[in-house]
Amino acid sequence: MKEITEQSVTITTEKARQMRRNIISMLGQAGSGHTGGSLSASDIVACLYFWEMNIDPKNPGWEARDRFVLSKGHAAPVLYAALAEKGFFPQDYLNRLRKLGSPLQGHPDMRKLPGVEASTGSLGQGISWAVGMALAGKMDQKPYRVYALLGDGEIEEGMVWEASMAAAHYKLDNLTAFIDNNGLQIDGRVEEVMSPLPIPDKFRAFGWEVLEIDGHDHRQIMQALNTARTVQNRPTAVIAHTIKGKGCSFMENRAEWHGVAPKPDEVEKALAELS
Amino acid sequence: MEQPGTSQEPLLLGSSGDSLREAFGKSLVTLADRYDNFVVLDADVAGGTGTHHFRRAYPKRFFQFGIAEQNMMAVAAGMAATGLVPFVTTFAVFCLRAYEQARLSVAYAGRNVKIVASHPGLDVGPDGGSAQALEDLAAFRAIPGMVVVSPADPLEVEQATEAILNYNGPVYMRTGRSPVLRVLPADYSFELGKGKIIQDGIDATIVACGVELARALTAADLLARESISARVVNMSTIKPIDDELLAKCALETGCIVTAEDHNIYGGLGSAVAESLVGNHLCPAEMVGIKDRFGESGEPEELAEKYGITADYICKAVKKAITRKQY
Repeated sequence: MKEITEQSVTITTEKARQMRRNIISMLGQAGSGHTGGSLSASDIVACLYFWEMNIDPKNPGWEARDRFVLSKGHAAPVLYAALAEKGFFPQDYLNRLRKLGSPLQGHPDMRKLPGVEASTGSLGQGISWAVGMALAGKMDQKPYRVYALLGDGEIEEGMVWEASMAAAHYKLDNLTAFIDNNGLQIDGRVEEVMSPLPIPDKFRAFGWEVLEIDGHDHRQIMQALNTARTVQNRPTAVIAHTIKGKGCSFMENRAEWHGVAPKPDEVEKALAELS
Repeated sequence: MEQPGTSQEPLLLGSSGDSLREAFGKSLVTLADRYDNFVVLDADVAGGTGTHHFRRAYPKRFFQFGIAEQNMMAVAAGMAATGLVPFVTTFAVFCLRAYEQARLSVAYAGRNVKIVASHPGLDVGPDGGSAQALEDLAAFRAIPGMVVVSPADPLEVEQATEAILNYNGPVYMRTGRSPVLRVLPADYSFELGKGKIIQDGIDATIVACGVELARALTAADLLARESISARVVNMSTIKPIDDELLAKCALETGCIVTAEDHNIYGGLGSAVAESLVGNHLCPAEMVGIKDRFGESGEPEELAEKYGITADYICKAVKKAITRKQY
């Protein structure tokens, strides 16, 4: 059980704010990309990279490292912001998001950027990657833990439930999956597009330990991570209630910010709110 | 160059052997001790793919995923990311079901995963058209960086399984359902990316892969009775194709006939045609399934109905020869 201190919450909160600023800046420069879902996941990813995970940016291939798979690969900016902040690569890489020859591809490419654990972007595949990594860890009796982040729209993909079945079947208690439950996908509210509700019951029925939290409350995120580490013989799903576009008032809870980058004046406005 | 007549065990040639899938399953067992880094993934068809042999011998290295191929394919990529070498095994049609996972998680991500598919082609037989993959070679050949292999007999399956294990990168390999003849000599040696001349000839070259190699050799014998000398090439690596050997055969024999248990679009025939266009043009004919789905029946009955028997290869060879320009 890791202690959740005032100081650790201050650190991750500050990291999340900086990551959100970088997300806005890199997307503004890129001129395209997925803003809303990067902002909704920032607090979860900040807590993973700056509180929870055992990783070494100087040695990204370290065998015993914990592994994070961004299954909702379109939220690449949140991953890039975390990796840059952690020191996996120079901050100025962020200026080249989505540009020709850049290691920062539109969706995460593990062959191009250190620290990226899986090439994702086609929804549903990342959770299976994470199952594969967790299974290999069990087989080789490695101490590392595996984390995945999925969108709530993403879980409409059938293979997510194939993976969920396998994770429970193989008793992967070294696996924790966060569901970034911001309630919106490209075409609108998830329950209107194709309802995956009730999400907690579904994971519970598939044999997972299920926790429900406010995905912007760092203490709750850390508490969930602490709990997940104590769960035995089954994987843990953390259903994190979040707000799409969190941190930029004019983006919050608006589906139209799913796949749109801010224009220069919007960048300015957003950065002012995140200062 | 390999000549059946020079084999040290000539009596074995042509004798009925294992199916390619059985040979694959047994090869995994044979290789397991020497290669402790590979694991085998199955989607409830271990008895069908031959991997039940491996499960029995190495249960801790065998992973069952149930009837859920998409997950199995991407799980393999995740396992490969930790350094293991996963064999993803199922029927060829179900590999197609997990095609996009093979594209992104395996190939795009550059993972060292071996996809091994049993039950390809009309060779599937009675299960019918729904189960007969006639497009898998085309589909997997189109994925950047994916190596595509289709061995011809049990001996070659054993050698190819070890060769793809030693190759670092994504591979798609076909085995086969039905018992096959042993057609390659005991001193045969599979090389990834190389075709092999199994029988020499001067009037035409038959380029075959998989179960169609046996028919190609029969065709060469039938043609010999009519004083037509056909060279037979076993092109067990379809991608990357052996451009050098194809150019040599085009130059030396003047025409080429391809033979495969697969749609004529996108498979071996297309790969050979692409190579000839870019290197040394010559008349070429394709024996394969002509853009149709299969149906229930015994493999030999289907081969006859769909035009891929030795007789059809003979006809194609004669046609190709008449198209030669002197």
